[in-house]
Amino acid sequence: MFVRLVYESFRRQKRRKLLAGAAITLGVTVATAMIAVATDIGDKMNRELRTIGANLLITPQEDTLDVEIGGVNLKPPSDGAFLNEADLRKIKGTFWHNNITGFAPVLPVNVTLERDGKTENLTLVGTYFAKNISFGKEELTTGVRTTHPWWRVSGAWPGDNSRDVLVGERLAARLSVKMGDELALSGRTLRVSGILSTGGAEDDEVVAPISLAQEILGKPGAVRRVYVSALTKPEDALGRRDPKSMSGPVYDRWYCSPYPQSIAYQLQEAIPHSHAEQIRQVAQNEGAVLTRIEGLIFLVTLAALFASALAVSAAMATAIFERRAEVGLMKALGAGRFAIASIFFTEATLLALIGGLVGFAAGGMLAQQIGRSIFNSAISIPPVLLPLILAIAVIVTFAGSAAAIRKAVRLDPVFALRGEL
Amino acid sequence: MFVRMLVQAAVLRRGRAASALFAMVVAAAVATAMLNLYVDVQAKLRREFRNYGANIVVVGKDGASLPADALGQAETVVAGRGVVAPFALVVALTADGRPIVVAGTDFDRVRQLDRWWSVSSWPSAPQQALVGVRALSVVSPKNQPFDFEFQGHTIHVTAAGTVQTGAAEDSRVYLALPDFVSWTGVQPSTIEVAANGSPEEIAAIMHQMQQAIPGADVRPVRQIMEGEARVLGKTRATLLAAAALIILTAALCVLSTLMGWVFDRRRDFAIMKALGASDRLLNGFFAAEAAALGAIGAVVGFVFGIGIAAWIGRANFHAPVVPRFSVLPFVLAGSILVTLLSAILPISLLRRVQPAVILRGE
Repeated sequence: MFVRLVYESFRRQKRRKLLAGAAITLGVTVATAMIAVATDIGDKMNRELRTIGANLLITPQEDTLDVEIGGVNLKPPSDGAFLNEADLRKIKGTFWHNNITGFAPVLPVNVTLERDGKTENLTLVGTYFAKNISFGKEELTTGVRTTHPWWRVSGAWPGDNSRDVLVGERLAARLSVKMGDELALSGRTLRVSGILSTGGAEDDEVVAPISLAQEILGKPGAVRRVYVSALTKPEDALGRRDPKSMSGPVYDRWYCSPYPQSIAYQLQEAIPHSHAEQIRQVAQNEGAVLTRIEGLIFLVTLAALFASALAVSAAMATAIFERRAEVGLMKALGAGRFAIASIFFTEATLLALIGGLVGFAAGGMLAQQIGRSIFNSAISIPPVLLPLILAIAVIVTFAGSAAAIRKAVRLDPVFALRGEL
Repeated sequence: MFVRMLVQAAVLRRGRAASALFAMVVAAAVATAMLNLYVDVQAKLRREFRNYGANIVVVGKDGASLPADALGQAETVVAGRGVVAPFALVVALTADGRPIVVAGTDFDRVRQLDRWWSVSSWPSAPQQALVGVRALSVVSPKNQPFDFEFQGHTIHVTAAGTVQTGAAEDSRVYLALPDFVSWTGVQPSTIEVAANGSPEEIAAIMHQMQQAIPGADVRPVRQIMEGEARVLGKTRATLLAAAALIILTAALCVLSTLMGWVFDRRRDFAIMKALGASDRLLNGFFAAEAAALGAIGAVVGFVFGIGIAAWIGRANFHAPVVPRFSVLPFVLAGSILVTLLSAILPISLLRRVQPAVILRGE
């Protein structure tokens, strides 16, 4: 009898059920999409923030001081210590290798330019442009094109194994060098594949594949420093602590959190004789900006959940209110309050489950659409969210119907059947 | 008569009228808060990005020093819309003859400009230096006073504290500008400017600065500017998508509540019609009722919405979101549109039905 009542109610009142179901579906869709966006926004924004540049720097442990003003290196080129280029691929072997989006080694050397019978001292910086690195099964294409995305080249980027160079735009203007010209640098003739514009010190320098710089310096495999771009977690009280002062479990938790400090610590472990440190300008502010954006989207998601809960409640209340006469008839035929309420609540649960399922699927697609159009990468919903979303849908539908059901059940059947209030 | 009918309709059915009004107020409040946030979020996030430090650098052409009044000029152009800090750099020799970069700057300004500097203690007296963490072991391993030599002139300083940034600053020693200038005679060659504002405003500041200091090269720090533009754009787009979804949901909530209410009053409608009210009068009545509800709801909701936006601003950005009254007309128009729509749809359905059928309750 009970099942038949519910079944018939769905079969005969298709329009009403469709309206209430649509409201629930829409509410769940919006809620799911917003929750998905909110859970993923930190990661997405972290990637966007990587456009500001590397946040970690690896230098040789026993290095002498840098003597550099405005990009002009006054330190004797062979002075100080170097890292070994062959060790760099170990960066992909660290615990947080998936968080490392790229790295670029740098080796500045002094070169002499011979031109029209005169010589001039210049800085040539050797680096990776887009080099393929493999470590075990891991493959990574890395270089300044990943770590320094604001660098612009008019012309072509040199190949990492070529003997082509880029010339900074101010230097190029001063020397009136064009793309395709040849430069005589330290006894070698090098082709200029493009003009580089960075807005920084590189505008006055020559940038070349690192093998060329090593050859000029006469130290194969030498690297002066490495810029690493990593996705990190905003630093908190634990992140700021010194790992040496930590006890076992605290140390493990610190080690297994992607703080800038702990990633730096692991890089230092991976590369022999190295010192890794966060570049505070990038790493510190990144955390602050990320926290703000995440907080904002979290609060907005709360607003979205609230709005969709309200929409569902309103639709349910209206749907039940329209069925006063039905309630009156049931009561006149002797149905108890409990029996009537349980019919309505069963209907509400069924609606919530169906609407929740459809809404979850629609919300997933909506989130994906938002991710694709704003971030050019999909936002996926963890399936773990489904039970949670369904539970929320059922609770909200219940809460929304409760007041209306109470009112309908209390109504005197005589008034209800006469259609008065 | 018309006005009395409107008032009585609301008073007699307080419950349903109140729930319709409540839905309207909530929708208007949410819409106002989202629009306010959307308009204001850029300004709020730009402030966060200014913690990244300079977005403009002014350097002397071809490495030369800037004119003596350059700092004053830069300050005048910025006029409170940001921070400027001068830097002068030389390569000096330590007591044991090793080269080291020594910089002169204004510590008070640097403190505001480069907030990420991790400084153990800022120098407060003359002849005190801020020493980079890597430079410390070279110049003063036992924290003793030390000497620098530059072109035959010597300066004797003590380390007030260390600075750690993870970048070039770690290998440098910073002195107060007056000490630095009287020792080396070298004037600042770089002024770093952290200017607030939109890309257009910053471009204008750069242009004015170039005019005011003709002997200098004014350059944007592209790294910071591009990253900032990207993150701001994405955040705004996400917020816009969220706002659109939320406003749509709220509008549908109002629509369903109001349509239910109007549909419920089909008896009133039928009686009025039976008593000889024209279609025009009936339409006018329900439209006026809907518009009044929309207007009241929008104004009340606007006030609440501003409160919500201000609270979100305070909770998340530690600065309230400034109320934007330019949003009010949009909220008002949107609310009235939604309420009108939700009144007209059921009425146009009911109009086709004979009053007798409705009154008989069929």
